Amino acid sequence: MTGTLAAVGAGLAVIGAGLGIGRIGGSAMDAIARQPEATAKIQTAMIIAAALVEGVALFAVVVALIA
Amino acid sequence: MRLTQTFIGTLAFIAVLLMPFKGTASDPHQEEGGGKFDPKELIDSHVWDSHEFHIADWSGHPITLALPVILWTDNGLTIFSSAEFHHDNSGTHVVEANGQEFVRYREHIFYADRFSQEKFQETSTMGRPFLYEDRPLDFSITKTVFSMILVSLILLLLFSVAARHYKKNKMAPKGVSGFLEPVIIFVRDEIAVPNIGSKYVKYMPFLLTTFFFIWVNNLVGLIPFFPFSGNVTGNIIFTLIMALIVFIITVFSGNKYYWKHILTPDVPKALYPIMIPIEIIGMFTKPFALMVRLFANITAGHIIILSLVGLIFIFETAAISPVSIVFVLFMSVLELLVAALQAYVFTLLAALFIGQAVEEHH
Amino acid sequence: MNIVAPESLIFWTTIIFLLLLFLLRKFAWKPILGAVRTRETSINDALAAAEKARLEMQNLHADNEKLLQEARAERELMLKEARELKTKMISEAKDEAKAEADKMVAQAQAAIESEKKSAIAEMKQQVASLSLEIAEKVMKKELSDKEKQLKLVDEMLGQAKLN
Repeated sequence: MTGTLAAVGAGLAVIGAGLGIGRIGGSAMDAIARQPEATAKIQTAMIIAAALVEGVALFAVVVALIA
Repeated sequence: MRLTQTFIGTLAFIAVLLMPFKGTASDPHQEEGGGKFDPKELIDSHVWDSHEFHIADWSGHPITLALPVILWTDNGLTIFSSAEFHHDNSGTHVVEANGQEFVRYREHIFYADRFSQEKFQETSTMGRPFLYEDRPLDFSITKTVFSMILVSLILLLLFSVAARHYKKNKMAPKGVSGFLEPVIIFVRDEIAVPNIGSKYVKYMPFLLTTFFFIWVNNLVGLIPFFPFSGNVTGNIIFTLIMALIVFIITVFSGNKYYWKHILTPDVPKALYPIMIPIEIIGMFTKPFALMVRLFANITAGHIIILSLVGLIFIFETAAISPVSIVFVLFMSVLELLVAALQAYVFTLLAALFIGQAVEEHH
Repeated sequence: MNIVAPESLIFWTTIIFLLLLFLLRKFAWKPILGAVRTRETSINDALAAAEKARLEMQNLHADNEKLLQEARAERELMLKEARELKTKMISEAKDEAKAEADKMVAQAQAAIESEKKSAIAEMKQQVASLSLEIAEKVMKKELSDKEKQLKLVDEMLGQAKLN
């Protein structure tokens, strides 16, 4: 039972992270379309932001796996 | 016509590459399953570390490269070959060395007299590697360590060749250095300089070593045959050590502004009881996220690829193999990207944390 | 968790990574980064030198142009001066010649005048002497008899009175 709950928890965390990273990616695309000359800077910022969101999601997954 | 041939050829080649996975399906673990295919065992046998390097199976008999077992026992240092276990992983085959007896159960080496299968089963999965009262300290050259040494040798070879080129002539790079130099410049100009600033020179060796070590380890983990396929970066202890090194470097290169930011942040005094703990926890969560990110990304990739291969054996029909192979091909290409991306992200975040620590106040 | 023995990996990862870091730092990163930096510096230097040379060339070109311009201006000036000098000389010569001519004309006129005066004076003298002679001759002929002499004296006296 705990295992199932943990899997559900991990799935919820993945939904959150997916929404977050999706938004970051979409906004980055918008920004690149608007200012193609700033592509490199936007990409770096995007990866950092995505990594931070991913980090939070990974915490959730780890907590779900440990619990 | 030509294209179709090439495509079928590629598929066949990939199928051959994936053969060792099929081999692992009949690994020692499977004996417990009674001949029925268990995808979890297949995945575990790849993702898990082991005391010997499984190469292939030949008519039901596993061919392995025996690696040295190095134990720190009650009687001191004990070294013997993992071949002495005769591929036994069920805790039944007793090996005598240095006046003591050892058994191996699911890759964990125990003292023969203190091992109890019941106790192992009762311990949680997390706790199983830590049964130190029943087992000696194990410093074996495992498959992961073997891979790590292999990657180090590859890197040393590659870069000494490149470095020799630079010593010999001052011309534009070509060959190995022509391939490596843009990557080195990328690490310097896209990772180190923008994140650390003018003090980047001191951290360049660390960042470059980290980047190439993780990248090549990721790539080696994707190659599914001997002597590669060691899952180094998908091992949480490996990522733990890497993240720990980043943490240590960050803490030791932190200047007074860094510590001031943590201990007396720029907020009203009333918020200190909340802010200071948050900042201190943040110091640890950053490298922790670094550790989990690399581990989870690489492990997830391997598990997906192995599951897709496992589909063939789950459905017990070759008809599913085209689907499976196409997906595996797709995932493998994606994993090639992830291998570089995760090395980049790890190095980038390491540089970012170091940059925050050495940043001058402005 | 895919861990066989945590201590093994902790030990070996640390050792291998630090060793790799040390070896690569010594045998790869230092020479490679050094070479890259040297090459970048040399490329930058070469570019800067090229730029400098280009500027110098430009300066030289400008200098040349300037010199040429100056030379042309000087030539122009010289030509102008020469032309002025010529004009001046010609006009001076003209003036002088004119003055000389005027002087000569004046002298000639003066000479002519004096000649004329002297000629007139001489003529007068000659006319006077001629008339005296004529008068003498006439007198001598008239006064050859006494009557006529007396008649003349009378006449003359009568005229003298009238005067």
